[in-house]
Amino acid sequence: MKITKPAIAGTLESSDLMVKVTPNQNGMLEVVVRSEVIKQFGKQIRRVIDDTLSKLEVSEGTVVVEDKGALDYAIQARVQAAVLRGAGSEKLNWEQLS
Amino acid sequence: MRTVIEPPSTQDSPVSILPEFGGAYKNTPYLADREKKLHRKLCSSLEEAIQRSGLQDGMTISFHHGFREGDKVINTVVGTLAKLGFKNLTLASSSLLNCHDPLVEHIASGVINRIYSSGLRGKLGEAISNGLMKVPAQIHSHGGRVHLLQSGELKIDVAFLGVSCCDEFGNANGSRGKLSCGSLGYAKVDAQYARNVVLLTPEIVPFPNYPASISQDRVDLIVQMDDIGDPSLIGVGAARATRNPRELLIARRAADVIVHSGYFKEGFSMQTGSGTASTAATRFLEERMSAQKVTASFVLGGITGAIADLHEKGLVRAVVDVQSFDSDAAKSLRTSEAHLEISANEYANPTSKGAYVDHVDVVILSALEIDVDFNVNVITGSDGVIRGASGGHCDVAAAANLVIVVAPLVRGRIPTVARRVATVITPGESIDVLVTDHGIAVNPKRPEVEQRLRDAHLPVMTIQELRQRAVALTGEPEPLEFTERIVGVVRYRDGSVIDIVRQVKN
Amino acid sequence: MNARRSMLFVPGDNPAMLSTAFVYQPDSVMFDLEDAVSAREKDSARLLVFHALSLPAYRDIEKVVRINRLDSEYGLKDLEAAIRGRADGIRLPKTDSADEIHELESHVDRLEKECGRPVGETKLIAAIESASGVVNALSIATASPRMIAIALAGFDYLVDMQTSRSGGSEPELFYARAALLHAARAARIDAFDVAYGNVDDDEGFLREVQIAKQLGFNGKSLIHPRQVYLLHRAYAPTEKELEHAKKVLAAADAAHRNGKGVVSLDGKMIDPPVIREAEEVLRRADVA
Repeated sequence: MKITKPAIAGTLESSDLMVKVTPNQNGMLEVVVRSEVIKQFGKQIRRVIDDTLSKLEVSEGTVVVEDKGALDYAIQARVQAAVLRGAGSEKLNWEQLS
Repeated sequence: MRTVIEPPSTQDSPVSILPEFGGAYKNTPYLADREKKLHRKLCSSLEEAIQRSGLQDGMTISFHHGFREGDKVINTVVGTLAKLGFKNLTLASSSLLNCHDPLVEHIASGVINRIYSSGLRGKLGEAISNGLMKVPAQIHSHGGRVHLLQSGELKIDVAFLGVSCCDEFGNANGSRGKLSCGSLGYAKVDAQYARNVVLLTPEIVPFPNYPASISQDRVDLIVQMDDIGDPSLIGVGAARATRNPRELLIARRAADVIVHSGYFKEGFSMQTGSGTASTAATRFLEERMSAQKVTASFVLGGITGAIADLHEKGLVRAVVDVQSFDSDAAKSLRTSEAHLEISANEYANPTSKGAYVDHVDVVILSALEIDVDFNVNVITGSDGVIRGASGGHCDVAAAANLVIVVAPLVRGRIPTVARRVATVITPGESIDVLVTDHGIAVNPKRPEVEQRLRDAHLPVMTIQELRQRAVALTGEPEPLEFTERIVGVVRYRDGSVIDIVRQVKN
Repeated sequence: MNARRSMLFVPGDNPAMLSTAFVYQPDSVMFDLEDAVSAREKDSARLLVFHALSLPAYRDIEKVVRINRLDSEYGLKDLEAAIRGRADGIRLPKTDSADEIHELESHVDRLEKECGRPVGETKLIAAIESASGVVNALSIATASPRMIAIALAGFDYLVDMQTSRSGGSEPELFYARAALLHAARAARIDAFDVAYGNVDDDEGFLREVQIAKQLGFNGKSLIHPRQVYLLHRAYAPTEKELEHAKKVLAAADAAHRNGKGVVSLDGKMIDPPVIREAEEVLRRADVA
């Protein structure tokens, strides 16, 4: 998937996360994570975000995540929602989302 | 010729010969002056009291935390000491709360360089965890503090004690007056052990004032101070009522555990901690007490309006109060003969001749963390920063018959059940039951309790299973990282060192 | 099979609630993609619910998804997310006729085949929220073998009826409740009473629960976790009822083991409906 416009998904409520995606032209994928639980789960959060993005075949763009202690399933969901919004995609490929 | 008289032989006489009479007012000159006789303790300002107390650099000052988050005495006094240029003082407060953040500045500037406290919270706890103090803070329990005073390790030079009302001689209490905090349980101890006792009060009332929680025979100086604290903030923080459905679920489950534990019988005794779930459990227990016609012989604490209400309804015979958590509790202290005010020594000191905690059947306590050996941490948060208080936790846990810890299994993304807690306040051998929203775990050394709970169809599982459930949701947390530097020493109630807190790595 | 007394609504766009609703141990949890979620957030909530469905913590709780209506732009996408997410059931809002159930069922059939789930596995619940729905309750309840329950949704129904809740004995709900119950009983499926909106009013909630229980409702739609325990406790059998039920089942069990066709207890014959009732009593005894 290609991120063609800036998009946001999620909130800053406790147990949620806010994901902002923006397109970039330099062929790079940049992921920035800020989290309340960065010490204990920073690596894990990063892993889930990377997995989710790679399943969606996102190779380019900037992804900024502000996490408020969300569980893995919510991280997947919000990242997917942000990417789909940023890609202007209506069609869901469920293989990529599981 | 003057006859030399020796004292009758005793082991430790302070004099080698008995002094000769030198006039009625030789040692009490103020009695000769009618005005001074009665008003000698009154100071026109805090500065005057400080000066008359003989406080010097390097000495130890103390405070009590009866006003909890509403306290104003500590910040005011320390702020004044800073202005007067005092340095290197040891601050020994029975506890410190979020409202005491201003102390950070005074520590940084050298006014205070040592701390003894039961709790460190807010920016103060954070700063200390990040290495603010050269000398590690001593973190003690409520009972343990009295023991430190008795053993001589902690020597208070000047105690600054906020009281609601007091007469010109120093008969004082915390339960009457506009700014009342209820029981002066912690202040009483300081009044007994401090070399110099300064009372700060908004109301100087006609002599004699009663009841005298602190008696005139322990008081040196009195200062009128209008703003000693805000009673409406006492119940803020830990000690407020909850509507949170998860906390209510846990509270109800804790009440179920008590009812089926084997300890729920006529004349049982109880204590609830200051956490919201534990105070909520009182309400649930009330239903069962009424339904089964079981009354409690006493409830100890940390007293809330909910407990005072049970007392008023005749479900609790005596209320034993070392600290009043809200105005309803303070009112009950004023009005009920069976609502007793006790000192921290009577409450929880392991080396007092009798501590009320020894008589407690059931206690409900909270935890920031608990590990698979049931060790409890109530002092450092999930990020390793000091943000809690030892309080009476290890005191009552060591002594009570059934010790129940309540906590949500997961807070946000942080599991409450860990493999090993970051800091041990109360050893696992003192903890019997863990009640969470996911289920209940019983310490293997209480198989009879576990069987009773299982027979009652309560959701009992092993603590390892609870931890697995938590980790299944959150993932396995990375261990916290600390530097080598020690920033806090956790003192068990007998004065021994049970754990240390290191500086967080950033 | 567990009792189905409590169906706890969980807003699909709220991760904090999705992450914790299971602790209250409702009999069913209903992840809501419809009224609880704003139009702007339908896509994001759909993904949250899709993923939340596979949380191990929900494994032993019946999971229902309330999709948007199929004639909206969201409904089919919601349905696909729910089926692929392995929801146990779909709750169709504002069901007015059996045709709507047939339409839903054809999509569910297709989607189960597409994602490899056993066809027939996903169950259906119809929410009845209008006069038409009430009048068509029986044909809706019997529209498909997948139907497991019909639920009365009070607020929208009363708007359609041009009246509102009166509190007290509420004659304005009487016919709808009765019609729904008869339809459910004739179709041998469960009937759910209306949700109670005032979460701070425990007494009002319990009064309504008593009415519903006496009428014969299996359970109630719940909008707040604290209602779960209150409902379960109100539906719990008394000690006497429980003892009797256990005796009936013991007698039935003994007869079965001895190869006897007739069950008797204390000299009296026990019919199958009595045995079924005893089983229901035991299910309701689990108050947690």
